[in-house]
Amino acid sequence: MRFIFIVMLFFLAGCEQQQAVVPAEGDAAKPIHGDTFIEASIGEPSNLLPVLSSDSASSDINQLVYNGLIRYDKNLQLEGELAESWEISEDNLSFTFHLRKDVTWHDGAPFTSADVLFTYQMYINPEVPTSYAEAFLQVSKAEAVDAYTFRVTYEKPYAPALESWGTPIHPKHLLEGQDITKSPLSRAPIGTGSFKFVKWDAGEKIELIANPDYFEGQPYIHRVVYRVIPDTSTQFLELRSGGLDLMGLTPIQYETQTDTPAFKRKFNKYRYLSFSYTYLGYNLAKPLFQDLRVRQAISYAINKQELIDGVLLGLGSIATGPYKPDTWVYNANVKRYEYNPEMSRSLLAKAGWVDSDGDGILDKDGKKLAFTIITNQGNDLRSKTAEIIQRRLKEVGIIVEIRIVEWATFLKEFIFPGNFDATILGWSGGPEPDQYNIWHSSKTAPRELNFTRYKNKEVDALLEKGRRTFPQAERKQIYDRFQEILAEEQPYTFLYVGEALPAVAKRFRGIEPSPAGIKHNFIKWYVPKSEQKYTR
Amino acid sequence: MLVYLTKRLLMMIPLLIGITLISFMVIHLAPGEPTDMQTDLNPKASVEMRDRLRERYNLDKPLYVQYGLWMQQLATLDFGESFAQDHRPVLDKISERMPITILINVLSITVILAVAVPIGILSAVRRNSLFDRATTIFVFLGFAMPSFWLALLLMDYFGVRLGIFPVAGLKSMGYDYMSSGRQFLDMAHHLVLPVFVSAFGGLAGFSRYMRSNMLEVIRQDYILTARAKGLSERVVIYKHALRNALLPLITILGLSVPGLIGGSVIFETIFAIPGMGKLFYDGVMMRDYPLIMGILVIGAVLTLVGNLLADISYAMADPRIREG
Repeated sequence: MRFIFIVMLFFLAGCEQQQAVVPAEGDAAKPIHGDTFIEASIGEPSNLLPVLSSDSASSDINQLVYNGLIRYDKNLQLEGELAESWEISEDNLSFTFHLRKDVTWHDGAPFTSADVLFTYQMYINPEVPTSYAEAFLQVSKAEAVDAYTFRVTYEKPYAPALESWGTPIHPKHLLEGQDITKSPLSRAPIGTGSFKFVKWDAGEKIELIANPDYFEGQPYIHRVVYRVIPDTSTQFLELRSGGLDLMGLTPIQYETQTDTPAFKRKFNKYRYLSFSYTYLGYNLAKPLFQDLRVRQAISYAINKQELIDGVLLGLGSIATGPYKPDTWVYNANVKRYEYNPEMSRSLLAKAGWVDSDGDGILDKDGKKLAFTIITNQGNDLRSKTAEIIQRRLKEVGIIVEIRIVEWATFLKEFIFPGNFDATILGWSGGPEPDQYNIWHSSKTAPRELNFTRYKNKEVDALLEKGRRTFPQAERKQIYDRFQEILAEEQPYTFLYVGEALPAVAKRFRGIEPSPAGIKHNFIKWYVPKSEQKYTR
Repeated sequence: MLVYLTKRLLMMIPLLIGITLISFMVIHLAPGEPTDMQTDLNPKASVEMRDRLRERYNLDKPLYVQYGLWMQQLATLDFGESFAQDHRPVLDKISERMPITILINVLSITVILAVAVPIGILSAVRRNSLFDRATTIFVFLGFAMPSFWLALLLMDYFGVRLGIFPVAGLKSMGYDYMSSGRQFLDMAHHLVLPVFVSAFGGLAGFSRYMRSNMLEVIRQDYILTARAKGLSERVVIYKHALRNALLPLITILGLSVPGLIGGSVIFETIFAIPGMGKLFYDGVMMRDYPLIMGILVIGAVLTLVGNLLADISYAMADPRIREG
């Protein structure tokens, strides 16, 4: 017993408990270097060569280690990153990027247009197993005009291509002539970005350190650590015990579990709309859903605000179309489907669905109005959404069954073969408004994304035109019309847009929430000297 | 003995091939493929892209060809390259996670033995006493309690509220700057909760086993003889009874050899410990066939070897078996 007691004391001495310092109001301290920022990721990053990875853990780190030619600024407009400026030719067929001359790789080698050309060639190389070649395969000619000018030409004008040059540029001098999949850089990347890679403890953590030679100035935060913590409840406990400095909260954590004085003393909470929306999509190959009135009736019967209040605890907005409400492309003047069960019933009656036998369920030609909503396992928000919809539809006389299926089976057996009635799913997008792959009638083959089999000639034409048009004002008109048609036709009932709900340790200053989130000015975040927690 | 050993070892070869064949087929029966995780519902990946990836991984070939290719590699003790996006050799991925898994399992088995064996003996000797009943309740509580729930409670209480133990992970932030003595302590400090949680659940099995062995032995004639000889109760129990009661434990220990490299997914996930359980689970979720097969083969070999070891050591410890 005595032995155990001594060991316990030892442990107590071995761990200094760091107390979070309460920041003084109106602390006007000047930004200063130092301290460590700790974040967690659910999964271990797969590969730190961006060309080979598609998981979010890898891309979080790659964003700090690498740069693209261009990027989105805090207001989601494109701006130069490795490119100082760029021009689009008169015929919209070629882009010329003028590169910064003051950029070096983390190993000291200069960055030039040869690296850009190499990156492009690597993405289109059939030997390289990447899932991101598509945008680059449209290129007809890529050339390094001189060391700091890069020009790329397309066969047809292709507006989404511009965004694709935000792809991380890879170092030619370290990767050329090698089997990319065996490159040591996949475990120890070398980029041009604001943070340099230090070490990777497999399954535990990845450490980055501020790049003193970064072309936009050395970041104030000295060190960034990504801890692999696969369980979100553990992450939340770690956050509260001070082992993490940032975590994206769930609505219930945001609303109730962090609503304590102790938490508020240590953390700031932020909220902003995320780039993803949840929808109820109909299989338009089924006769039931080919009737526009039925789709509209269902949209009227679903109370979207109730979904947001019930599922997201109010932390979200009603979706009216595929775009995020605070972006330039969003069209607020589209047909809306306020909760209206009478309207729903009358539309269904017009479509021939009436309760002829008085059992409370609508029927037509002896068949009851019933369908199944299918969604994937493991997404609590989606299954709750399905249950609330089930109840509301029952009120207008529609019987809904819910089926929840494991993801791989869900896609392979139900979604791709078109073997479903309706499904609750979500799309994550980005600032680029092109939605060709999701809505164009040519994209309905198995495994393609228009799995609800939506076909509309005008939408096809608009999507094609949108891809070929560059000026934002003209694109706005095209996509406004696109949103009007979707709102009228309701191939999906658009449900809600969720919010990102990060909590950040209070000692970090300089955070500017914006439409792009909070991380856009990460290199400007700092911790006042008196509050710095980690000295090394 | 030598002939017996060779025979047992040779028998393992067809057994192993059978195991790999069945596992290979079962894994490929599950819907979904490794490439799906990268390309399905990804607006930036086209169908051609997917076919290109499938071809690279030989997924476009018939199953028996894939099995043949895999066996060919295995014959040279090469487990191949992971289908995950890191493309690392399977052996590297397994070997970096093996030590911590073995460490935790060895620690927890040690704790289990150190606690369960005395509990088992005492509750057999004092059958139906208060001690017997109390420990029975205690060990079954551990057995019945979901480990993730216990873990979260302990983490919340000791980690967040009291701040005595770290919540999760294996090392502190400053680990790299510590002296090796401090590093050892730091790691031990992080391991207290995980080892406690994993040992707590295993107490019931071992202690009940020990108890019933002991009860059985005490009823034997030779114990009666020993008592009749006038030996003290201490000597009767600890010298004569215990030795025979411990024998079956050898078999159980032998059977837990493959368990040494198997981790629990839930447990590792909660404590953020990079162990084998999580590796295997992620492998299955991603349909990373080479990795899954690699772990299964190692597990199968260890099971077979563990059985063999148990049989041999049993024979060595118990003359009745050796001569029978």
